[in-house]
Amino acid sequence: MRRIASNFMVGLMLGAVVVAVLPLVFILGDLLVKGAGSLSWSFFTRLPAPAGQSGGGVANAIVGTLIIVGVASLIGLPVGIGAGIFCAEYSGSRLAWLTRFVADVLNGVPSIVVGVFAWTWIVARQKHFSALAGSVALAMLMIPMVLRTTEEMIKLVPRSLREAALALGYPRWRTTLQIVVRTTLPGIVTGSLLAVARIAGETAPLLFTALGSQFFTTDVTQPMAALPLTVFTYATGPYEEWHRFAWGAALVLILVVLALSLLARLATRQRFDLNG
Amino acid sequence: MASTVTTPAGRARGTLRASLAEQRGSRGDLVFRAVLTIAAAAVPALLAVLLMELVRGSELAISRFGLRFITDSIWDPVAERFGAWPLLAGTLLSSLLALCIAVPLSLGVAIYLTEFAPRAVRQPVAFVIQLLAAIPSVVYGLWGIFVLIPLLRTTLFPLLRGALGFLPLFQGPIYGPSMLTAGIILAIMVMPYIISVSREVLLAVPGSQREAALGLGATRWEAVRTAILPYARSGLIGAVILGLGRALGETMAVTMVIGNRNDVSASLFAPGYTMAAAIANEFSEAVKDIHLSALAYVALLLFVVTVLVNAGARLLIWRVARGAGAGSGAL
Repeated sequence: MRRIASNFMVGLMLGAVVVAVLPLVFILGDLLVKGAGSLSWSFFTRLPAPAGQSGGGVANAIVGTLIIVGVASLIGLPVGIGAGIFCAEYSGSRLAWLTRFVADVLNGVPSIVVGVFAWTWIVARQKHFSALAGSVALAMLMIPMVLRTTEEMIKLVPRSLREAALALGYPRWRTTLQIVVRTTLPGIVTGSLLAVARIAGETAPLLFTALGSQFFTTDVTQPMAALPLTVFTYATGPYEEWHRFAWGAALVLILVVLALSLLARLATRQRFDLNG
Repeated sequence: MASTVTTPAGRARGTLRASLAEQRGSRGDLVFRAVLTIAAAAVPALLAVLLMELVRGSELAISRFGLRFITDSIWDPVAERFGAWPLLAGTLLSSLLALCIAVPLSLGVAIYLTEFAPRAVRQPVAFVIQLLAAIPSVVYGLWGIFVLIPLLRTTLFPLLRGALGFLPLFQGPIYGPSMLTAGIILAIMVMPYIISVSREVLLAVPGSQREAALGLGATRWEAVRTAILPYARSGLIGAVILGLGRALGETMAVTMVIGNRNDVSASLFAPGYTMAAAIANEFSEAVKDIHLSALAYVALLLFVVTVLVNAGARLLIWRVARGAGAGSGAL
């Protein structure tokens, strides 16, 4: 009887696993089926057609996403990695404690709130929407993630390695950069790529910063199109054609995000290979 | 070794070594430390600026509505009267619904993966579930609009109304976009977080707990129920609250499936609204200063609620993980 109860519970749990994995299968499947049809040469190379007309593409949104995420990484990665190294190297200091605590707080802040912040901080002052404000919002989301992975990775470096370098007369900064950070570089790269993957799909912080645009622009002080915004606008719009485009854009977005995540995993795998 | 040093030998050697090292690389070390300090100090500074900006942005609304803002349920941009109660209620209700669905499933998966699954299955399933966390919110929204809503409208919703229609929760017309749809989408979205944190907590339970129970003749499920779950309880509650924090702030997917009607309804089939959805929908279209300010006030409220929820969750997880020395698992 007790054995039956035990098996019954295990069966229930197995069912939970199936139910948990099913949505992923459904979502990826639907994306492939409905998205692949709208992918074409013009989808990647043309600008959006005027509302209600067919044809056109999302070239401006693809370039826009690359620029916005690129600028966000330029801001977010140095700060996140630097702060992460600080927290690991001077882990006893009061600033390290404060920074770690604040990073945890920031990690839980909803992205839409960060968007409102970027709006009052930058957009409201400049009096117009800009891609740069979007990048700042995304960087803000990125920093706590990068910080924590960098710190965790550096803490994994054996003390003996550091001591050996110091004993050889290396100054502390060279020990940290050339020995400690170098050993953990694959881990830091992984953390950074995962953070980039996370923010690449973020929509909420861009709604009233980058805003979206029908035109092609590389000027970060102007409103700019982005793939997640395209998905949102087209999915909630009234036209059949738009819905098809939304699925196509979503498929491209998810492929980029998954590729980044896989790349991130490869970066760490390599480290294990090197270590034997 | 040093007859002139009066402090204990060990400490003296330490200071000697430190001062030698400082002499050799002092300038490089100073610059290095300064650069890192700037990066580290930027993080708290950013949070301070964020708070200041949110308060500044909502100043107008705070001075006009005060705390009544939370309990007032009229949201009328034309009459310039704003109350966030329906938004607050919608946020809480959709998140709680999500937890009702996600918690049993997530705990089942986490327990299965740590205690029962064959070794070969553990990593792949954990990986697949992590992929669910990588899907952008807006893609969930898209899928919700075009796949989930039509599916629910024709299958689950009529079924629920037929079986449980005597409850006010399941009465009324079925539109598709609704509080329940939002709850289901949110449940799918927070499951990966709850699963991965619960897994960490369960892995941190000492093996001796399990072995002791099995040694007394318990079946494997009884070992889980009597020895492992009680030990991990506060950590698991922490994992659930962390999921709650995620659900409260989730924006895009909810905005796309909840129906965006500013109304508190007893029926789960009725459209609703959340704080995040209101900001997402109205912020870029608001023209009046007071409307913008009211939305910033909503953002400030959302910030306070999520920070409190997350802090509570961390405290609970920390209480379990502390003993076992489990890291927060960078990857």
